[in-house]
Amino acid sequence: MTNPTTAEIVARCQALYEDLYFTTAREWKKAKEGRKVIGYLPVYVPRELIHAAGMLPLGILGGGDNLEVIHGDAYYQSYICRIPRSTIELGVSGRLDFVDGMMFPSICDVIRNLSGMWKMLFPEVYTKYFDVPQTYKDEVGGTFYIGEMREFLEDLEGIAGRKITDEDINNSIVVYNENRQLVNELYRLRAEKPWQAPASEAYLIIRAGLVLPVEEHSVLLRQYIDAAAAETRSIKDNCRVVVTGMFCEQPPLNLIKSLELSGCYVVDDDFMLVSRWLLGDVPSDGDPVYELSQAFLHRSMSTAAKYEPDLAEKGQFLVRSVKETGAEGVIFASTSFCDPALLDRPMLQNVLKAADIPFIAFKYAENSGQMQPIREQAGTFVDSIKLWSAA
Amino acid sequence: MRPSIVKAQPADVEKDASMIKQKEMMAKHYNRLTDAKENGEKVASTFVPGNLNELIMCFDLVNNLPEVNAIQSGLRKQSGAYIMEAERAGHSEDVCTYVKSDLGMMAKGNIGPNGKKLPDPDVLLLSYTGCFTFLKWFELLREQYKCPTIFLQTPYMADGKVTPNMVQYMVKQLKEDVIPTLEQVSGVKFDIDRLREYLAKSAKAEDDLVHILQSGKNKPSPIDAYFGGIYYIGPIFGAFRGTDDAIDYYRFLREEVDQRVLQGLGPVTPDGPMAEEKYRLVVEGPPNYTNFRQFWKMFYEEGATVVASSYTKVGGTYDYGFRHDPDRPLETLAEYCLGVYTNRNLPMRIDMLCDYINEYEADGLLINSIKSCNSFSAGQLLIMREVEKRTGKPAAFIETDLVDPRYFSAANVKNRLESYFQMVEQKRSGSGAAA
Repeated sequence: MTNPTTAEIVARCQALYEDLYFTTAREWKKAKEGRKVIGYLPVYVPRELIHAAGMLPLGILGGGDNLEVIHGDAYYQSYICRIPRSTIELGVSGRLDFVDGMMFPSICDVIRNLSGMWKMLFPEVYTKYFDVPQTYKDEVGGTFYIGEMREFLEDLEGIAGRKITDEDINNSIVVYNENRQLVNELYRLRAEKPWQAPASEAYLIIRAGLVLPVEEHSVLLRQYIDAAAAETRSIKDNCRVVVTGMFCEQPPLNLIKSLELSGCYVVDDDFMLVSRWLLGDVPSDGDPVYELSQAFLHRSMSTAAKYEPDLAEKGQFLVRSVKETGAEGVIFASTSFCDPALLDRPMLQNVLKAADIPFIAFKYAENSGQMQPIREQAGTFVDSIKLWSAA
Repeated sequence: MRPSIVKAQPADVEKDASMIKQKEMMAKHYNRLTDAKENGEKVASTFVPGNLNELIMCFDLVNNLPEVNAIQSGLRKQSGAYIMEAERAGHSEDVCTYVKSDLGMMAKGNIGPNGKKLPDPDVLLLSYTGCFTFLKWFELLREQYKCPTIFLQTPYMADGKVTPNMVQYMVKQLKEDVIPTLEQVSGVKFDIDRLREYLAKSAKAEDDLVHILQSGKNKPSPIDAYFGGIYYIGPIFGAFRGTDDAIDYYRFLREEVDQRVLQGLGPVTPDGPMAEEKYRLVVEGPPNYTNFRQFWKMFYEEGATVVASSYTKVGGTYDYGFRHDPDRPLETLAEYCLGVYTNRNLPMRIDMLCDYINEYEADGLLINSIKSCNSFSAGQLLIMREVEKRTGKPAAFIETDLVDPRYFSAANVKNRLESYFQMVEQKRSGSGAAA
């Protein structure tokens, strides 16, 4: 059997991205009696635990620009971002009627309150607000997090109707380690040769991992990386940029394409942090819940939804990202009304100023349709970087 | 016998004697704060929900509350300029206006309501309770002040209960991070007996506060539990909880309120005592401060009294039984933080509002939705529908902001309120007809 081409893989992922009925997840559930699906919102949940329970973790990232929000707007004032209203739309329109549980990670007050709304609107669905520590000492935040994960495991055992053993979780850790390695390999390929793995393609490939079983996604990642690396694609005179602020409500695919069309190679981003939240492998031969807590506390990514205890370290993740990927500038792209991203932005911009890294900022919504202003802004940014470089 | 109503400055504003006393207390505190450095006192900045005033006092620190400073700026019509200043410096128009008012005030010299410069804090006690913005707000202040910053995380009461894991986590943070850093900053050794003493005083004042808030069950209500409530909660949500001053104030206020109940009087408004109580409302959400008096007038001119409100629970849900317990000093601080209104999940908030409507025999629910505050606002439309469904009482929705004058449209608010009062009337006549 021959490997599929990049175009074939991308087409498959695009179909998954556009499928707001989550057909593959429905089919996965239907294929075997007793299977369960647990939905989760950004930014991070330990998917290993859900997988260990024999369930499918399903990433719910709002409705994008293809979903007509009919009911969802009735639940929110105009000054609240779009992801909660489109998520409610997915729920009340029956698109999530096969989902057995929903997890709402602690990211901001809107998603936090959405967990309570979900309890009210869908009382038959297991609803979990997943609180994570914002303090990082083992005996303090670590102990709390272990306690939270154990409570979650008990809930999962109740839903699964069986015990979840350490061995189950360690096996899942191995599977997710492999997946994360592949995701990181794709990010490295894109950073080294962004013309070989454009951001709009990489986005779709990673996004597929939020709806597919992890094992299947790892195969797909391997296929894409091999096919993309082998393909001959022309190099453009683009500018290498890091985009940041898109960690929750996702940009429309057209926005990523518009950045590319305006002369940007996106060499790093924070689109779907759950895919690479934990840095490096989680040991799979010890107490798995402890190891997951250690990875979260000491080896996880930085984002606006997370407290940075060290002032000197604030925003340095962006500086490192720029250096490691050879980026020439940073684009702050934040969802309108996103408290974490918009409150964080001035601090990050100060860090970039101190490091002499150019940046621009704009806002978007998941259903933004008009890309011309963004194209012009990004194009001007690219031009100005090139002018500075020439000088 | 002391007079129950006193003419205050400006001359056309009437206030209860307790309001005058409260203003004096707040003024005294601001003077202590602005004179702190001169007097060799150190300052801790923190937040109203999750305010650990008793603990702060154990280290002889003066409590500074940036939220209250922003409110003061709003009441004094200064916040608009401060917010613009922060936006010019790069802060988004979309985010919390308390934060921007505070940052703008800093940029313009950090002048407090008494006309003197507020001191730089010696420590930021980031009590992360019920509001995500707090986390970023103090990261922003830390960037400016570069002072020690203590993080205290209050887990969210998502399932409507406090678990042992939550309390243990908070107690560990208090023992391992909060107390050692406060000792280091202040140079004062922690004395748990001193904490117990303050907690016992807190509980005394809390008893009286609950009595006062629950006086809204009387007909007419002797208090306005939203606009007047702002005055009542000031000392106990701020720098006075755990002090003799707070005990005295709440005893004084209780006597004043009891006296009004005996005389069958309604609340005192800035234009004098309420003549007739035509509508009894429960209000959800914070008030607008930039047009506070104008906003209040829209209620009392129509004979509407707020008999209970959720906003007066952001600094503690004492009417649901919580009291600071000196026998469990650290655990009680944890449970206090866990229980504040904005740390409660939506089903709990709905239960509370339904209880208020039923127990206070209110005519309905009014939601003041605040653009700045997602902690309150996200989900309020569902709250409105659910409360209406469960109580059968009409609910209405208005939109304003905390301290951004650009988001207070007097004509819109007044129109909506007038329509709402008509709805209440129709509901009443409908009930009468049905009966």
